[in-house]
Amino acid sequence: MRFLSIYKTVERGVPPTQEEMARMGKLVEDAMKAGYLLATEGCLPSAAGARVRSTNGKLTVTDGPFTESKELVGGFAILQAGSREEAVEYARQFLLVAGDGECELRQIFEAGAAVCAAPRV
Amino acid sequence: MPAADPHRAIEAVWRIESARLIAGLAHMVHDVGLAEELAQDALVVALERWPESGVPDNPGAWLMATARHRAIDHFRRNKLLERKHAELGRELESQEMAMPDFDTVNDDDIGDDLLRLAFIACHPVLSKEARVALTLRLLGGLTTQEIARAFLVPEPTIAQRIVRAKRTLAEARVPFEIPRGPDRAARLSSVLEVIYLVFNEGYSATAGEDWMRPALCEDALRLGRTLAELVPNEPEVHGLVALMEIQASRARARVGPAGEPILLLDQDRTRWDHILVRRGLAVLQRAGQLGGALGPYALQAAIAACHANARTAAETDWRRIAALYDALAQLMPSPVVELNRAVAVSMAFGPEAGLELLESLAGEPSLQAYHLLPAVRGDLLTKLDRLEEARAEFERAATLTRNARERSLLLGRARACAPGSAPS
Repeated sequence: MRFLSIYKTVERGVPPTQEEMARMGKLVEDAMKAGYLLATEGCLPSAAGARVRSTNGKLTVTDGPFTESKELVGGFAILQAGSREEAVEYARQFLLVAGDGECELRQIFEAGAAVCAAPRV
Repeated sequence: MPAADPHRAIEAVWRIESARLIAGLAHMVHDVGLAEELAQDALVVALERWPESGVPDNPGAWLMATARHRAIDHFRRNKLLERKHAELGRELESQEMAMPDFDTVNDDDIGDDLLRLAFIACHPVLSKEARVALTLRLLGGLTTQEIARAFLVPEPTIAQRIVRAKRTLAEARVPFEIPRGPDRAARLSSVLEVIYLVFNEGYSATAGEDWMRPALCEDALRLGRTLAELVPNEPEVHGLVALMEIQASRARARVGPAGEPILLLDQDRTRWDHILVRRGLAVLQRAGQLGGALGPYALQAAIAACHANARTAAETDWRRIAALYDALAQLMPSPVVELNRAVAVSMAFGPEAGLELLESLAGEPSLQAYHLLPAVRGDLLTKLDRLEEARAEFERAATLTRNARERSLLLGRARACAPGSAPS
């Protein structure tokens, strides 16, 4: 089964240090090697982004930065895991390196795949 | 909010960490069976403590430290035993009883230890079934129960198979090492074979009700991706991983809503998993960049890539596929490869050309019970509008397959050949 991990954190306004980049690079490399990390990307500051919303059929576009939100999406990962607990463990390992913030884990719909309510059978 | 179940969290940690743990321990104690027992002991301690203390920040290191203590206890006991035996005047091989150096393992070596573990689990002294079971157990982190379920075999059978395999390795005194020299290629191909066996058992189950068991495919992919990073300069490892990634990319497109199989050319290609396709194509490129002629896995991956690169079935480059099968047939001559070559040739140059190649396979003893030979013949005969002959072939194929889903697909094709039935 697969999980989308959406990482949310407070926007710091400063780029990560060399050391932080190196630690994250090592984690990503190890995770890719281990095969559980299928895809991951990190986001630039929200100033480079925009929000596109449809309300009652009317589209509004708000350019970044998104100053009104406390925690913002900082990146995502697609994880291959044998159980929800396994995905939680990967998210935990990620947060140990990434620092404060939250990973929202969502199981990805896959036709024919069992919903992860029961252990692997 | 429900609290996370600590036991399931520990199971997850086990699945992630056990291979490295067992590999590191085997390095210390020179005995895979003992290493696994020590790792299991550490798991038992974790199951006792973690529900209260919580999962430690570095669970792998915690498990390793705990197992290491167990190992030291174990060898102290044996030392004591040795002394007692010595007092009784018995001879013992002191080397085996010597206290191992517990500080020799560090994180940098763990890759090599994992590789040693893969080589020993797939050692040729073991039967193929034993290699598969031991690999899933030691490297895949699966429980005996999970392996038994995956292979539809009673749990005690798998348990026995693993016990016997460990005993065979101990009795044969198989060293915990990375083979060098001429031995290496053969040993590596045994590891690749085991991984592909696991994949295929998941991808086209040889028995049972379901056509696929995706968890086994995922296990095989995990093993393959790990191995590819352990031996990054072996093109065939990348070839195998590419082959598995591309085949797995079709998993959700090859089963219909009622669980029935959908053949490659009939699949809705938008349903292919393009993350896996991209990974597969990238890995195949890596195999090619390492230089030299493509090996059997890389060639099969190249064939799979031809399909992956075709947006519609009609755009398939069958001439290239036929040429790749030619190369494969020369490298790895086998009736099954010939059968596939015949299919590719029929697509590139017409059904008569394919049927002609099949004629030469008709007397092949190893294909007498192989359902795909009559299935392919039936398909080509249908294209030539020789429906009566085609029906007989599909019916024959249906009696030969052991898979229920495939049987009903073949019987459906046989019925479609009957006079008066609508063309399929």
